[in-house]
Amino acid sequence: MRSDDFLSRNISSLTHALESVISAEDLCHAPGLLQGLDARVKVATVVLFIVVVGLVHSLPMLAGILVLILCFGLLSKIPLGLFLKRILVFIPIFTAVIAIPALFITPGDPLATVGSRVIITEQGARTAGLLVLRVTDSLSFGILLVLTTRWTSILAALRWFHVPSVFVTVLGMTYRYIFLLLHTANSMFLARRSRSLGTFSARENRRWLGQALGTTMAKAHQLSEDVYLAMLSRGYRDEGLALNDLALRRRDFLWAAFALATASMLLWSNWL
Amino acid sequence: MTTTNHVFEARSLDYEYPGQIPALRQVSLTIGPGELVALLGANGSGKSTLLKLLDGLIFPSGGELLAFGQPLSEKALRDGPFVREFRRKVGLVFQDPDVQLFSSTVWDEVIFGPLQLGLSKDEVVSRGSEALKLLNITHLRERPPYRLSGGEKKKVALASVLSLRPQVLLLDEPTTGLDPWSQGNLIDFLIGWADGGKSLVFSTQDLDTAEELATRVIVLGTDHGVIADGKPEEFFSDPDFLLKTNLVHEHSHRHKELVHRHQHIHDHRHQ
Repeated sequence: MRSDDFLSRNISSLTHALESVISAEDLCHAPGLLQGLDARVKVATVVLFIVVVGLVHSLPMLAGILVLILCFGLLSKIPLGLFLKRILVFIPIFTAVIAIPALFITPGDPLATVGSRVIITEQGARTAGLLVLRVTDSLSFGILLVLTTRWTSILAALRWFHVPSVFVTVLGMTYRYIFLLLHTANSMFLARRSRSLGTFSARENRRWLGQALGTTMAKAHQLSEDVYLAMLSRGYRDEGLALNDLALRRRDFLWAAFALATASMLLWSNWL
Repeated sequence: MTTTNHVFEARSLDYEYPGQIPALRQVSLTIGPGELVALLGANGSGKSTLLKLLDGLIFPSGGELLAFGQPLSEKALRDGPFVREFRRKVGLVFQDPDVQLFSSTVWDEVIFGPLQLGLSKDEVVSRGSEALKLLNITHLRERPPYRLSGGEKKKVALASVLSLRPQVLLLDEPTTGLDPWSQGNLIDFLIGWADGGKSLVFSTQDLDTAEELATRVIVLGTDHGVIADGKPEEFFSDPDFLLKTNLVHEHSHRHKELVHRHQHIHDHRHQ
């Protein structure tokens, strides 16, 4: 692949990622199972399920939980393809570094041999399988929450759980301005392309990329200062206040009861 | 808060950006209640800096600035009742609406100010709804800022300040980037808003906007000081002054097949 193509594809991918996040936001308003629930209940139950996933030691049980998550996704009108794509993109990032070495370095009974000397052990395969499934399940619960809940409601729920307001404010603003900075980066690339003839060498591309990163960072810094002034101008005093319009309904209690029962059953089966 | 005849009183204000780059030099002015003031001047003359100083976001490196008779200092705005009262009375709309729209949705944006003032939930909701209705943008309530057009962003930025129900509105280039229809709408709205004795200070490069909206014009020169202060008609009928202060220029332009060069001032004052 030519370096120019590489650069172009990366910047286009950033824009595509941006657009896919925006389009996924429509899912929060779909008439599905999880969309109708209070954000606090969803955050609490997702955290509960992630803890349970961390405690379960059975591979079939972890696989069963994944099937359950996919069912929740379908009942929440999330297209299966989109859901799987979101999950599969992140799995290698979070697991490859640890899971692959675990196949070979965990002592135990030989399962398979790679080449003449490297042996995959049965215990190693089980450890790697546990890790991959746990990460997949945990991540899937997180993605399920994000796809079915408005970002503002997640932030409101975090505030309700007394997560420090500075942390919540920074999270909210990161989400807001990442779009703006991505658009800036994309526009910079298009502006360069519109004034170019032919292709650039890898060295020229690296140089340009460095300059573009520096410029984007300087713009982000200036933007952050201006945004802070805009906040001060409207009375912000280092403690963001928010309107809590969350309300619990009957279905929230039913979901919480279902989640508690499922979590208890999984843990009980695990320890049998 | 002490009562005074002046909303703002600036005495020999200086402001320098880091690296000793001057932004304002020896600026003295007063702004009274109910005044509609246009700040004019070439690019880099210090208009935006002056608006930020008047909003207590930055502080002068020399001179004195009073708001409602009280010194507008870093110390006064750090704590105590003055800062709350000042933020309630004075609102600034930034030139770049993206700077001002930092919340996740339009609704969160318009209720941000009232929430920071510590108002009750009912009052916050009432002010937010009122601001959206005033600018006819209730339908945008749940939209995230990146899904708004340039004109919509400007309206939301204005609504987010109007929800504070300020007595003084500071606007940095309010009509920049708006199409003629939106510009006209905004000017109509601001004329109506200021009718109840509220003060308006706005920077602009557009002489038409200044002429239509302002009852007083302050011109900042390239030396970063005030070079003129008076009624719009005094300046706009003096082409030499406008040319000298870089508010108009001689430029080539086309009249059908004829290309020629002269000052370009549109005189269309209404009776």
